[in-house]
Amino acid sequence: MSLINIENLHYRYNSKGNWVLKEVDLEVNSGEFVVIVGHNGSGKSTLAKMLNGLLIPTEGDIEINGRSTKDRDNIWNIRQQVGMVFQNPDNQLIANIVEEDVAFGPENLGLESMKIRDRVDWALKEVGMEEFKRHAPHNLSGGQKQRIAIAGVLAMKPKCLVLDEPTAMLDPLGRKSVISTIEKLNKSLGMTVVHITHFMNEAIKADRIIVMDGGRVALEGTPKDIFAKVNQIKKYNLDLPQVAQLALELQKSGLDLPDDIFEVDRLVNLLCSLK
Amino acid sequence: MFIEVRNLSHNYDKELVGNYTLKDIDFKVEKGEFIGLIGHTGSGKSTLVQTLNGLIKPTEGEIIIGGSDITKEKDLKEVRQKVGLVFQYPEHQLFEENVFLDVAFGPKNLGLEGEELEERVKEALVAVNLNYKEFKDKSPFKLSGGQQRRVAIAGVLAMKPEVLILDEPTAGLDPKAREELLQEITSLQKRSGLTIILISHRMEEVGQLADRIIVLEKGKIVLEGTPNFVFSHVDLLEGIGLGVPQITKVMHELKNKLNIDDMRTDLFTILEAKKEILRVMRG
Amino acid sequence: MLDDIIIGQYIERDSFIHSLDPRIKILVIIFFIITIFLINAFTGYLFLAFFILVTVLLSKIKVKYIIKSIRPLIFIISFTLIVHLFMTRGGQIIWEWRFLKIEEEGLRMGLFMSLRLIFLVSYTSLLTLTTSPLALTDGLESLLKPFEKIGLPAHELAMMMSIALRFIPTLLEEAQKIMKAQKARGADFESGNLINKAKSLIPLLVPLFVNAFRRADDLALAMEARCYRGGEGRSRMNALLLVNKDYIVLALSFVYLISVGIFL
Repeated sequence: MSLINIENLHYRYNSKGNWVLKEVDLEVNSGEFVVIVGHNGSGKSTLAKMLNGLLIPTEGDIEINGRSTKDRDNIWNIRQQVGMVFQNPDNQLIANIVEEDVAFGPENLGLESMKIRDRVDWALKEVGMEEFKRHAPHNLSGGQKQRIAIAGVLAMKPKCLVLDEPTAMLDPLGRKSVISTIEKLNKSLGMTVVHITHFMNEAIKADRIIVMDGGRVALEGTPKDIFAKVNQIKKYNLDLPQVAQLALELQKSGLDLPDDIFEVDRLVNLLCSLK
Repeated sequence: MFIEVRNLSHNYDKELVGNYTLKDIDFKVEKGEFIGLIGHTGSGKSTLVQTLNGLIKPTEGEIIIGGSDITKEKDLKEVRQKVGLVFQYPEHQLFEENVFLDVAFGPKNLGLEGEELEERVKEALVAVNLNYKEFKDKSPFKLSGGQQRRVAIAGVLAMKPEVLILDEPTAGLDPKAREELLQEITSLQKRSGLTIILISHRMEEVGQLADRIIVLEKGKIVLEGTPNFVFSHVDLLEGIGLGVPQITKVMHELKNKLNIDDMRTDLFTILEAKKEILRVMRG
Repeated sequence: MLDDIIIGQYIERDSFIHSLDPRIKILVIIFFIITIFLINAFTGYLFLAFFILVTVLLSKIKVKYIIKSIRPLIFIISFTLIVHLFMTRGGQIIWEWRFLKIEEEGLRMGLFMSLRLIFLVSYTSLLTLTTSPLALTDGLESLLKPFEKIGLPAHELAMMMSIALRFIPTLLEEAQKIMKAQKARGADFESGNLINKAKSLIPLLVPLFVNAFRRADDLALAMEARCYRGGEGRSRMNALLLVNKDYIVLALSFVYLISVGIFL
């Protein structure tokens, strides 16, 4: 059974407003790494907030592990199972000491203090921030703050991690550290990840890419399927990684290259084998 | 020479000797040049651009802009008019009840009023591709993120600076908004001969726009030259964690693997790279 | 730099006083304050000075930090001293010059009052010097808990305090950034008369508030996403736990201070 099941989802902020999400049907399986891309206003962030009941569908249904977000009795269970990390690293850390912040979630779950301590230490280690546990968040870099936020969610032992543009406000180094942390969690813990971004090159390693446009799912498929649809990607105001563009140009010029090249190493190796 | 920075050093805390945020910076900028300034968070680039319009007074050195040393200048307003600085996420500084008043804030501080003021605001909004009539009475807080950013940039342009410094103007924008904004900046420079200094983390962006790139690391200039020249130093740039455009990376790796001496690696546009690769492959 | 001002003046040390439960420290301070106002003999102050000295030694905090905390109050202390010296009447005349007169009672009261102030400030500053802001809010929350029955929102107050502690540095940084950005547009925050100065703050304050509200929105959402639903059902990682030494310190201080207060 799928972990997240979305059926015919419609959403608008008020009864006279425009539909922000329309006819969305999606499934996310346990352990999957799904990347949702789309330009600003495509509805991707609204969709993220629906996944743990911060917003409730106007029409249609979202089920997490078989429980509907519409049923208020399920809400705390769903929020524990689906952890959210937001865009702005400054606006989601609550405590003025790193480990206290990571403890915030488990504390809300009412766990006993020894258990919280264990989980906090474990979560900080998973994101590689254990040496900063007694630091004040405002002295850390953006990438470090985002990793603390991820640890704060991990400490609640969720089944799924939803990240809403976690790298949009970071510099390249911070972005790299956050992306590799997410990939590691997916691989080593088997954590289900829903990563929302407008950087196409962050979608390369995904199991599945979902392109949102105008509140609908416009495209869906593996990176290989999606990156091959150059013209459509341009239409949805997204940018193809430069390597992929170069590979396609070379292919057009007659070099015998496959469609699914979006990493530097792969292109270089394939070109070498052609020579 | 339009801007000349000589021997510039700065340390925030004079008691901590040797704790420099900027050390022995020397560079020159011609009128109408487009400079790309790259470096890490904390490399000193923000401090450097703030010294250029007098927001930070450097501890040592001279900054000569249009013939006078601004570090000795008493009237900083004039300096700040000459050198416009757009900070990161500039939309966070919007404060007026409508777009007109917000853009007018700068020129008003310079003493402009009446028709002249209106003309300035109009010009600035047009320059960032916002329709004057449509936007002037709107609240800046009700605009989209991309529009807010444009209004904020117009607020600096309305002061008619001779140098425009932009600190990561495209941060947080999606590809479409980014593309549009960059296009506006280039066409603005072409039209008005504005001198531009652009801070950016995106190597591709800087490569395409800048005439010359300055690389800052730990408060010092470690590399300076045309994009082709700068990007040919792949190992140095990767060593300090900045990296090079993907295309440059491909060229560099390919040359290493194929062991071809006369292959160019300093390219960063898809078209150029394609030509070079085809040349090499078809040998 | 900013940290010095903001995070109170907490100084991390590995000391006996640091290791005490914050609630015990707060209670001892309350006893201390009561005692100060009960005492009216110099011998009593000697005993209190001794009590402070013992605490300072156990806290491993340098005396200069405590003196530093008194410094801002020098004016008030001297003012109290002078007013009492010349205004309070009673007892023998000690010194006289034209219409100025110092009498015995004035000297006594002047010294008493200034000593009270000095003791009060130095002892409470010991609390903030040895207790992290977080522990302090936790301690206050726990002590105020019994008053929740009469409608005092103890948990909410403590949560507000700790969020404020977290965000003050962020907001200060932001204020500096906005100020610079407006200066770059020719804003002038320094010159002009009072009204102009107040007006010139608008371009700083409006964005600062707008951003603060946005932050508050984001933060509320993030807290909700992490299952926050108020104080009910919430546990703590570093739950406050009273151990033997806490009880002993509390009992000894109580006995010592109250007997000093009553008998001297």
